[in-house]
Amino acid sequence: MPVLDLMSGFIAELRNAGLPVSLTENLDAMEAVKVIPIEDRDAFKYALGATLVKNNAHWRVFETIFEVYFSLRGPEYEINQEGQPDDFWREMQDQMDQVKGQGEGKGSGGGMDSLTPEEIAAMLMRALMNGDQAMMRALAKQSVQRFAGMEPGRPVGGTYYLYRTLRNLDLDNMLQKLIDANREMSNQALSSLEERLEKDEFESRIEQFKQEVEAEIRRRLVADRGAEAMAKTLRKPLPEDVEFMHASRDEMQSLKKALYPLTRKLAARLARKRRHGRKGPLDFRNTVRHSLSYGGVPADPKFRYPRPAKPELMVVADISGSVAAFARFTLMFVYAIQNQFSKVRSFVFIDGIDEVTKFFKSTEDIGEAINRVNSEADVVWVDGHSDYGHAFEVFFERYGKDINSKTTVLLLGDARNNYHAAQSWVVKEMRKRARHVYWLNPEPKSYWNTGDSIVGEYGAHTDGVFECRNLRQLEGFVENLA
Amino acid sequence: MKPRFKDVATVRSGLKKENYLADDGIAGVVYLADRLGKPVLIEGPAGTGKTQLAKSVAEMTGARLIRLQCYEGLDESKALYEWNYKKQLLRIQADKTSDSWSEVHDDIFSEEFLLTRPLLEAITSEEPVVLLIDEVDRVEVETEALLLEILSEYQVSIPELGTITAKQIPLVFLTSNNTRELSEALKRRCLYLHVDYPDLEREKEIVLTKVPDISENLADQIARIVRSIRQLDLKKAPSVSETLDWARTLMLLGIETIDEKEAKETLHILLKYQTDIAKAAKELSVTK
Repeated sequence: MPVLDLMSGFIAELRNAGLPVSLTENLDAMEAVKVIPIEDRDAFKYALGATLVKNNAHWRVFETIFEVYFSLRGPEYEINQEGQPDDFWREMQDQMDQVKGQGEGKGSGGGMDSLTPEEIAAMLMRALMNGDQAMMRALAKQSVQRFAGMEPGRPVGGTYYLYRTLRNLDLDNMLQKLIDANREMSNQALSSLEERLEKDEFESRIEQFKQEVEAEIRRRLVADRGAEAMAKTLRKPLPEDVEFMHASRDEMQSLKKALYPLTRKLAARLARKRRHGRKGPLDFRNTVRHSLSYGGVPADPKFRYPRPAKPELMVVADISGSVAAFARFTLMFVYAIQNQFSKVRSFVFIDGIDEVTKFFKSTEDIGEAINRVNSEADVVWVDGHSDYGHAFEVFFERYGKDINSKTTVLLLGDARNNYHAAQSWVVKEMRKRARHVYWLNPEPKSYWNTGDSIVGEYGAHTDGVFECRNLRQLEGFVENLA
Repeated sequence: MKPRFKDVATVRSGLKKENYLADDGIAGVVYLADRLGKPVLIEGPAGTGKTQLAKSVAEMTGARLIRLQCYEGLDESKALYEWNYKKQLLRIQADKTSDSWSEVHDDIFSEEFLLTRPLLEAITSEEPVVLLIDEVDRVEVETEALLLEILSEYQVSIPELGTITAKQIPLVFLTSNNTRELSEALKRRCLYLHVDYPDLEREKEIVLTKVPDISENLADQIARIVRSIRQLDLKKAPSVSETLDWARTLMLLGIETIDEKEAKETLHILLKYQTDIAKAAKELSVTK
């Protein structure tokens, strides 16, 4: 049975992508497939999703893999052979003739070739303007066929074809054109609110069109190369596994989105742990009150909630180029759960050091505070290349007296010191005064102490150096900290 | 057992009759839950109709809704069952002389002295039942284990009495606001449904069904503004219930088309943080 084969390949690929699919879930999915026909693609997708994906953050990965494995199923997803224009295409041509305002009519066999890219772009604009979904889908198909220039067997990813297709349609300027056209069409001037809404509407339609194109390209690639090979090239890490140091812009966005729910969960977990971690002293009043229902026998002793002190935190972060993203995420993370600490102070450095706590105090918006840190903090001393030694020295001189036995100091950076003096005695001194000193390094462990990295030298004086390449590791560390 | 629903479309239209507009995902998972006899774990932002789904399904099937509200410190005596020890004590004291010890012992651990709590009640009930376990993420991880037996086997084991098995398999819904990661064991036993903010069309329809006498034009405008606001980077995006509140407010104020001024003045109904309101007000008036 082909569906069964397809399913086992599909599930293997989900596991390869890092989704934890257990055996029971696998069986559930098989049961679900029995009652939901594969022809009803949407219902089929949701049925598989409900049984296999138990975390919303994994949904996008699931969707991509689903598209790869099941995109060639169902009649409406057949790929049209060239030179076989379907009904839709004919209808499009009729519309095109109307656009041009001349009834000459192209020959029905003319196909896409008879149209210039500009004409196709004009048709697309019309479809986007009217929000004509079916038309957009057909145009996506045709423009991929026409512009992507896909060659069978060529092992490139879909992005290249996507770029080629969209470039020909001039999609970058489409939004502005649509807005202008809309302005001309409406008789009276639009208020700025209306304009804003129109813009959002067009943006979402363009985005939808892009997705159609992408899906079409993917379908063709799968048809050419087979699902397994395709899934392999499309495989992407889950948001919590994306490395800070090598994240693309898109991945940064998804990281940011993943950060907030993660911190919320962590805060709830920590608050709970704080209260239930150990038992407090006997609550005498409460025990006596409860003893009344047992005839005065204190059978059910009650305890006070323990209230252990919250740690104070000092974050000292390197924000030079290579590790800036890591510092940013760590700061966001720490501030998002700052009510788990009694006090958080933050310092950033490159070769000079500056305190940035005030940026976070003055606003509730962490993202904005981070932006201000990057633009306003005074962190350059000489040349703007990392100098841990000097930064630490200044830090100790200015703020060293504030480190006390309640303070935990977090040092963030890759310890690539550009062969400056290490001044590791500062870290040693810090450790004497502070409760703990930890070092978080965004580099993989195998890179430590290679080249100009001297993390080992600093690390010897700390309570621990931790590899912190992705959100998962960061979360794990912070959980143990608070 | 006879399935409750014929197909996905039946679920959808049935829910619509109860004024609950389900999308493909929601209707599909409810249908599947019935067919596979599995509980549904519903996650999603607050105010997107997670609890309402369970209520609407109960109304649609004409079943009784049994609700267990979870909270920190919930234990088996509140969720499953409890021995009515006061009554037991009375029973022992009532006739100290007559019965032998073993008789009394057997007697006081019988169903007469058992207080059923929501979970036990749901599976012992004769008539059809929808069980709603609300905000399951609020209980501790250890307490979650209490649910496992009932969720996978639809039975409850009471050491003194033996195992009580369900007379009919109830539809079970668990909701979670995602304040913590639920245990793998729990997730594995459930179908998973993520209810997100609705898309433009669905939100508009929800406004139209839930707010009487609202004009189509206004509903459309509301849905579009709310969508634009949700795209901003906010502390708390407006939920569906807040959208509805806003729609009702606008109706009360007798507003037919929203302009910038009115939008700004009533934003505080949609958004609950001052920083969010300021941000949205600024964004919505940007000309470009």
